[in-house]
Amino acid sequence: MSSPEHAVASTARLVESPHSFFEKLGIDGPLTIFGGPVYWSLFLLTLVAVLLFPLYGSVFAALNFTNFLINAPLALGLALLWGYCGVLSFGQVAFFGIAGYAYGIMAINWGLGPVTFLAAAGALALASLVAAAFGYFLFYGRVSSWIIPVLTLVLTLVLETFLGQTAGLEWRLGQAQLGGFNGMTNIPSLTVGSVSFNGFSLPLFYLVVVLIAVILIGLRVLANSHFGHVVMAVQEDSERTELLGYDIRRYQLVVFIIAGFLAGLSGVLYATWGNFIQPSSVGLLAATLPVLWVAVGGRRSLSSVLIGTIALSALSDTLAVYSGELAFVVMGALLLFGMMAAPDGIVITVLRFLAKLFVRRPP
Amino acid sequence: MTLLALKGVRRSFGGIVAADGVDLTLDSGECRCLIGPNGAGKSTVFKLIMGLLRPDAGSIRFDGREITHEQPFRRVQRGLSMKYQTTRIFSNLTVAQNMFIACRRTGDASDLASWGLEMLGLSAHGERRAGALSYGQQHWLEICMALGNGPRAVLMDEPTAGMTPEEGRSTAAFIKELEGKGIAAIVIEHDMGFVRDLDVPTTVLHQGRVFRQGRMAEIEADPEVQRIYLGEAHD
Repeated sequence: MSSPEHAVASTARLVESPHSFFEKLGIDGPLTIFGGPVYWSLFLLTLVAVLLFPLYGSVFAALNFTNFLINAPLALGLALLWGYCGVLSFGQVAFFGIAGYAYGIMAINWGLGPVTFLAAAGALALASLVAAAFGYFLFYGRVSSWIIPVLTLVLTLVLETFLGQTAGLEWRLGQAQLGGFNGMTNIPSLTVGSVSFNGFSLPLFYLVVVLIAVILIGLRVLANSHFGHVVMAVQEDSERTELLGYDIRRYQLVVFIIAGFLAGLSGVLYATWGNFIQPSSVGLLAATLPVLWVAVGGRRSLSSVLIGTIALSALSDTLAVYSGELAFVVMGALLLFGMMAAPDGIVITVLRFLAKLFVRRPP
Repeated sequence: MTLLALKGVRRSFGGIVAADGVDLTLDSGECRCLIGPNGAGKSTVFKLIMGLLRPDAGSIRFDGREITHEQPFRRVQRGLSMKYQTTRIFSNLTVAQNMFIACRRTGDASDLASWGLEMLGLSAHGERRAGALSYGQQHWLEICMALGNGPRAVLMDEPTAGMTPEEGRSTAAFIKELEGKGIAAIVIEHDMGFVRDLDVPTTVLHQGRVFRQGRMAEIEADPEVQRIYLGEAHD
């Protein structure tokens, strides 16, 4: 047996062993599947290419693209919740809707200007608060994991039903009319000075791209942290994790709140993009789509989910030009095909294949 | 000083009484074996101590504090720890990652765990996937994980199940070392040779009750014990 000093040193090596520059930064690590110099070069190239797109591509396409990008925070939150924590929420759009409506109510009443950002902050706080309250009952009530998709779906369907019957004039909050099935219209966009983050000009496009990059990096850091390891352990064997001294309910709740916050962010971005929000945003079809994006992308990989979400949003939008039903049939077929041919997710399987082709792993 | 005390702990599943008024104490730094025929309620007692099962009656005290109704994680934070009978390591993660998760706090606790890894020859396997370790090594990793929080008492459910005789001897030596470090332990074992090697106070459980307590030599000499349990192994 060696000296205690040596033993301690060897565990220090065992426990924290960052090999690369990126691991030292915390953005790469054992719990994110893709990484390394090639990944980050591609990441940076893509980011620059997307940010410069309006210069060499069409502004119209960039504005259209914003519409698809808006879904990404919600999907990334679900990837964290489902892929890392093992909790499938079928009702993330509920938080999207709560934040969207809350932003609408506050922004309509408070008017344009920097105060719109206060409205956004308030909306995100509300979505997080609802997620905290709902999550508290789910996790501290130790609801079994296969019931959670049902309960979250019920949450969003109840919300849709409630919002659908708000057509009457009695559903008026200050200047804001909830508007029943037609939804809430004339929601002011986020504004600061003369810059308006709306669906007709580029500032929102830049804002969303930067936000997504920040969220992706932030979630990677979180996944590779000690917190992320515990979250992963909860997914693998929750009882075992509890017997290592962790209050697993707290970990699940924190992840649920983060996912709710990110879904809320998508909701606020949607409201500022389109200046409206309607009950169908929290309906059954809307609730199904995020699960589909994450499953087809590959729930264990944040980058794959990001690519899957944008690609599928663009695909269904393109198909919807021909027929709305066709879009959903194709989405369903993709999900079925994915489950059979690439159970980990279609995008992640393709990315792994490409990585094998082009990147030689260090020995 | 009494560290852990079970008093009249009872738990039934439907009509089956798995623990029928168990009285058991463990002193600080004491190592004790828990033996008994299959279905005697040994693993149930462990689950009751850790809070994975709630007792129908009776009380459990740890370090002078009533913990009967505490959540499992709280008991671990107070200094109780358990190694499962079947290995419950995170087999898709590396040895290092498993230990990273197991060491909730840093400091002395990590020292104990790193000492364990060194003693059991796992220090060199940090980068290996835990699922790729040999069966015996997986058990050892599980033991080291149970040491991650610097526990004052470790419950070990059949630590040598499925091990080679040599691995079993290393495990027995390790448990002895652990006792030397002042860490209390209760060890469930079926291998009587192993229990004899350990030569520590032993409790015999039978039909959910404490049947005999004492040194292994006395217990083996007891005709009643031979009849219910040891006889099967010696006849």
